Amino acid sequence: MSDPTAAGPKGAPSTYYAPSDLPKFGQIAQGNPALAEAFFGYYNQVFAEGALTAREKALIALAVAHTVQCPYCIDAYTSACLEHGSDLPEMTEALHVATAIRGGASLVHGVQMLEQVKRKGMA
Amino acid sequence: MTAPLRSLSARGAPLADPEAQRAELDAVRLDGPNFAARLQAQGAWPLRRAPLGVLQLNLGKLCNMSCRHCHVDAGPDRIAENMDGPTADRCAELIVESSAHTVDLTGGAPELNPHFRRLVQAARAAGKHVIDRCNLSVLCLARGAELVDFLAEHEVEVVASLPHPRATNTDAQRGEGAFARSVEGMRRLNAAGYGNGDPRRRLTLMHNPAGAFLPSGQAGLERRYRDSLLREHGLRFDRLIALNNMPIARFLEWLLERGQLEAYMQTLTGAFNPAAIDGMMCRDTLSVSWDGRVFDCDFNQMLDIPILNAEGAPLHVRELRLDELRASAVRVGPHCFGCSAGAGSSCGGATA
Repeated sequence: MSDPTAAGPKGAPSTYYAPSDLPKFGQIAQGNPALAEAFFGYYNQVFAEGALTAREKALIALAVAHTVQCPYCIDAYTSACLEHGSDLPEMTEALHVATAIRGGASLVHGVQMLEQVKRKGMA
Repeated sequence: MTAPLRSLSARGAPLADPEAQRAELDAVRLDGPNFAARLQAQGAWPLRRAPLGVLQLNLGKLCNMSCRHCHVDAGPDRIAENMDGPTADRCAELIVESSAHTVDLTGGAPELNPHFRRLVQAARAAGKHVIDRCNLSVLCLARGAELVDFLAEHEVEVVASLPHPRATNTDAQRGEGAFARSVEGMRRLNAAGYGNGDPRRRLTLMHNPAGAFLPSGQAGLERRYRDSLLREHGLRFDRLIALNNMPIARFLEWLLERGQLEAYMQTLTGAFNPAAIDGMMCRDTLSVSWDGRVFDCDFNQMLDIPILNAEGAPLHVRELRLDELRASAVRVGPHCFGCSAGAGSSCGGATA
């Protein structure tokens, strides 16, 4: 097995994810400032207090971050949840909601399997 | 069951010495200018005093609790460092002499000092608003019910530390069982009329993060506390204030143990908010230590950065002339970023 800490070819980073990249998110505007401005404006509006509180939105974001498996988002929304006053049991429950839906999404496809078994099988 | 945390002082830890704490803070390489330079850039240097509003008396380091983040290094083992009779006498005179509208009693657990009640009485007789910085669990000790009655009778505002409205984070910071005792303390206060919107029985909760991060908006946290405490425990309070953790004493130790000091200081400096400068509590507060020395704030007190007299020696309440104090500038250090970060932080909560 290769050394995961070794540098990549020709000085390229050895990993696709570096914690130091998260604060650079705004640099994505370099390629298209207008789209970035629209995105970040929308993003900030989404997370403002509204019908849902900022704390509730941070918990949703934390669950979604685990579903899309984004390490940047996991770091960011773990911090946001703590800052908004959530604790570990609450954050863990939010993750289990994501896990239940994700697992349930697999399991509910089993109905399709059952139908197919009924069509094809004798049992 | 986890053993109670002993104070740095009782453990003989090097960080018990304020000089060692200042050295740790000074050694952190900050991104960007230091605190004085930041004030200079805002035209706020030197930091001048505003008219005195709050006389804060720290009655000592004795406390029935031993919290992980305590900037005072207080605890049950700190029995020596507590305000004596003559110093309390002078503080009582000072209360009458001063134009401060508020007398703020802190510690340790200030209620454990034998002079607590007469200082409350002196302040109320002088027409001052009185704050008791209470850890809630002290209200569950023997004579706790009597203490609650005393506070209510003298219309003392109780500013109660409760880092989180649920047990996990509260116990992590304040020790096993702390949340349950806090709930019981709040229940006793509610029963005595506190927390129901009566300005004579005001119950203020004080949030501070259980870790190396800053609190989010005070208003959102207040809603979260209100909902959780009412729904899960049937408890009420009047308002919530949010404070940043100060990298001093046991919180400094915690940061160093986890290699988090530099990251936390960068969090504080990165969140520097010029709008918080005007409301920094050192500008309108005078802080008196258990042994009668005078400081710009409780944090300078713990780092042993006193106000100096004309001879350059620490100023003592014995020689304090309040009218001469106005001319002195506030003494600052890297820890001051704790009060200027985010929405600002003070003993009164957010300042910006």
